[in-house]
Amino acid sequence: MRVKTLILSFVIIMNISNVFANDINKNEIFKNIRCLICQGQSVADSNSDFAQTIKLVVNDLIDDGKSENEIYNFLIEKYGEWIVYKPPFNSFTSILWIFPYLAFIIGGVLIFLLINKRENR
Amino acid sequence: MDFYDFLNMKIRLIKIFICIVILVIIGTFFLGLNKDSIYDTKGLEGSYIGNIKLDHFNKNEIISKKNFAQKGFTLINFWASWCGPCKIEHPFLIKLNNEPSLQIIGVNFKDKKENALKFLNDNGNPYDLLAKDKFGKYSINFGIYGIPESILIDENFMILKKFIGPITEKDYIFIKKIIKDS
Amino acid sequence: MLSNIGNSILFFNLLLSLSIIYFAFQELKRNYNFINKKIYYISLIQSTLIIICFFTLIAGFLISDFSINAVYQNSHSLKPTFYKISGTWGNHEGSLLLWVIILTIFSFLFLVTNKNHSKKYRVYTLITQNILIIGFIFFILFNSNPFDVIIPTPNEGLGLNPILQDPALAIHPPLLYLGFVGSSIYFSAAIASLLTNYSGHNFARSIKNWVLISWSFQTIGILAGSIWAYYELGWGGFWFWDPVENASLLPWFAMTALIHSLIVLEKRKQLYFWVIILCLLTFTLSVVGTFLVRSGILNSVHTFANDPSRGIYILIFLSLMIFGSLSILFKRFKSNTYNFNYNSKETFILVNNWFMIFYLFTVFLGTIYPIVTEVFYSQKISVGPPFYNTVIIPIVILFLFFMSIGPKVRWIKDNIDNLKTTLMILLGSVLINLFIFLFFKSYSLLSNLILISSIFLIISTARDAINLLKNKEYNISRIIAHFSFGLLILFIGLNYNFSSEKDFNLKVGEVKKFENFSIKFKDLNLKEFKNYKAVIGTFEIDDFKDNTKLFLSPQIRIYDNPSTLTYEASIRSGLLKDFYITMSNIDRSDYYNIKFQKKPFMVWIWISVILISLSGFLRFFKYENKIN
Repeated sequence: MRVKTLILSFVIIMNISNVFANDINKNEIFKNIRCLICQGQSVADSNSDFAQTIKLVVNDLIDDGKSENEIYNFLIEKYGEWIVYKPPFNSFTSILWIFPYLAFIIGGVLIFLLINKRENR
Repeated sequence: MDFYDFLNMKIRLIKIFICIVILVIIGTFFLGLNKDSIYDTKGLEGSYIGNIKLDHFNKNEIISKKNFAQKGFTLINFWASWCGPCKIEHPFLIKLNNEPSLQIIGVNFKDKKENALKFLNDNGNPYDLLAKDKFGKYSINFGIYGIPESILIDENFMILKKFIGPITEKDYIFIKKIIKDS
Repeated sequence: MLSNIGNSILFFNLLLSLSIIYFAFQELKRNYNFINKKIYYISLIQSTLIIICFFTLIAGFLISDFSINAVYQNSHSLKPTFYKISGTWGNHEGSLLLWVIILTIFSFLFLVTNKNHSKKYRVYTLITQNILIIGFIFFILFNSNPFDVIIPTPNEGLGLNPILQDPALAIHPPLLYLGFVGSSIYFSAAIASLLTNYSGHNFARSIKNWVLISWSFQTIGILAGSIWAYYELGWGGFWFWDPVENASLLPWFAMTALIHSLIVLEKRKQLYFWVIILCLLTFTLSVVGTFLVRSGILNSVHTFANDPSRGIYILIFLSLMIFGSLSILFKRFKSNTYNFNYNSKETFILVNNWFMIFYLFTVFLGTIYPIVTEVFYSQKISVGPPFYNTVIIPIVILFLFFMSIGPKVRWIKDNIDNLKTTLMILLGSVLINLFIFLFFKSYSLLSNLILISSIFLIISTARDAINLLKNKEYNISRIIAHFSFGLLILFIGLNYNFSSEKDFNLKVGEVKKFENFSIKFKDLNLKEFKNYKAVIGTFEIDDFKDNTKLFLSPQIRIYDNPSTLTYEASIRSGLLKDFYITMSNIDRSDYYNIKFQKKPFMVWIWISVILISLSGFLRFFKYENKIN
């Protein structure tokens, strides 16, 4: 039993230490930026003039030490929210971000009530 | 009272609720059909341009806000010699050049210097100030995504109008009207 | 000529549907428990005619009869024969015709395969189905008629968009439509069941096969689209959460929920109304999907020629369908009490439905939300992959755990006696995950959890399989489905974390070195083909880590009809990894933009989905055997 606990704690620690090994991923950022002149393509997928320029600018911003969110906000300020594939949380996207979780919770509660009622009888 | 009694009581309400939700969705679809699904950045009119940084076309210096007209309007026009529609809008820019309270700043976009000079020689030079953006990086700061594109700003650097694509007769009249009304 | 044949058949079929409805109502007044042969015959004639109608259109494409609008818009005399044929359903009008064909044939098949069910139930299903047929034939005749004639006859067609000239995309719409339209049968059957107070058990038995078949086709159809996107759109991804893709996924979630809850209805005679709601929902979502795709309301990768009047028509049809079925449902709805135990199979099936509805809701909301902000706030936003990944992935982890435990639970009530084994399997999964990231590469917490949970599902299901085989139970379709779903998520997780991508510019003769790769741009050739010219680059790729050397030749194709540039990826698929390269020209420069990707386990993602789909077919055939 002791061996098991040892293995388990080792595994958990290794898993946790693994989590912090991530740094900023350029390609991930490019994938989250919409190419405005393309049909439903991201900047990463497109090779248009616009996409090339955005890549240059984003590279510069990363070199300046800007964070991922600062980069998105910069682009939103210049091009509007259309440019990012992950809509920022604000008053008119709140429904989009909250409702799925709300639906999930309501679903869980409904199932719980269905079962619980039977248990009481 | 258990869950089912509660459910039975509320069943009418739930039915009405479902109908309303579906009506709202269908209504949204209906209204959405009449909207244009192609995006442009015109929604940004009314916002302000922040830090301005451009390279001077001839001299080795940087153009910033202080080079802009302190009074009146400024039209920032992004162009290149390789861009066909730029030729079409050029006559309107030449005509606008006569307006005293309008400063026209041209930004030569991803272009070769000699080609750009030839273009201006052939078609005339309407620009009060000529800048260049060799790699297109500065244009991102102005929210440009294809040329020709022009931005009309006032002395506070507020965007009054974005002209996406070549400036047309209608745009020309619009700009003249704005200058006259001020 | 051909267009006259097509138009008259469509119009005649409209009359046949009306006559079926008329005779069906006559039948309801008669007391005998069989359906008049006359109705069978009309339905058979109708199916035959609609197939002839479809072949007429194919013939139009084959002989390049440009007096027919659909042919003129989507074909060209120089196009390869194969794509002339697939062009028939590669466009809006033709695909609608395909939709009606499947509706009609399925209607006939339902009539002949359900002879042991009550007459009233069958007749009402037939009536509902024919109302749907009429709706769609109306749409074709008055709005989107492939047989519209152009006068004077053009000499040449406009050609089919080259990116649609592809074998995977040729089979994609028919497969997907078998799924989409297959769901119409249980929509109609649900209405009939409500109207006739049909017993839940019998209802479940009569639609079970239809659900299985449509689900299997839907799965494989989605896969075909995904494979197409992988190599044809040239971005190396296989799922983009694009509105058009989401439209095909929405009914899939509903069908998957239905497959599960149908088991409860069949075996335990519970959840009747919930099953009915899912039946109605599935087909409704199919039509909603068609609306979203065809009306042009959303900005998508897939550029279909759009026309708002189509949107209006489908929307009216959709509203009638929804409110018609809803009013019947509300009238017949009785809230009945359920008997569930927290640790019974029914509960776990409900849990499955809970997750499916969550996915469904999230994807639906994400897909239509840009319309919502546009209409209510005049603000355009994009909802793309990062949104879905953020919201859905954490929930998938939970889902996989339930999926691992659920099927082990016996009907009605079970005691947790195998908690210990479960824990051991969990520990094993964590160890395997640890092994993967210690020896290969580290990745995020979410990825860790995804890998652990999918490995957990795979091992648990494999263990179930061994137990089942020991007990000489050979009902393994469920095992295959769950096992391959685990594989799918595992391989997607591995693929996501172990892909390498590099984007750079090269000139002929140059070499690019990075990580453990060296890529040499060897040469560039221009070649002429039947309907396009191609600029073909040759690249020599060295992978120093695996000591492999290979040559890939991506193309830039220049099509004349219509004049388009397409970028063809060059892919070397292998069991362990795919090498993927695309090249594109850079304006005003002799450099080419090269995208190189190493994508591990792509083949296994495809195989997993094929297995999932096969499990549906397997269950179908087993079920068939049981009846006979």
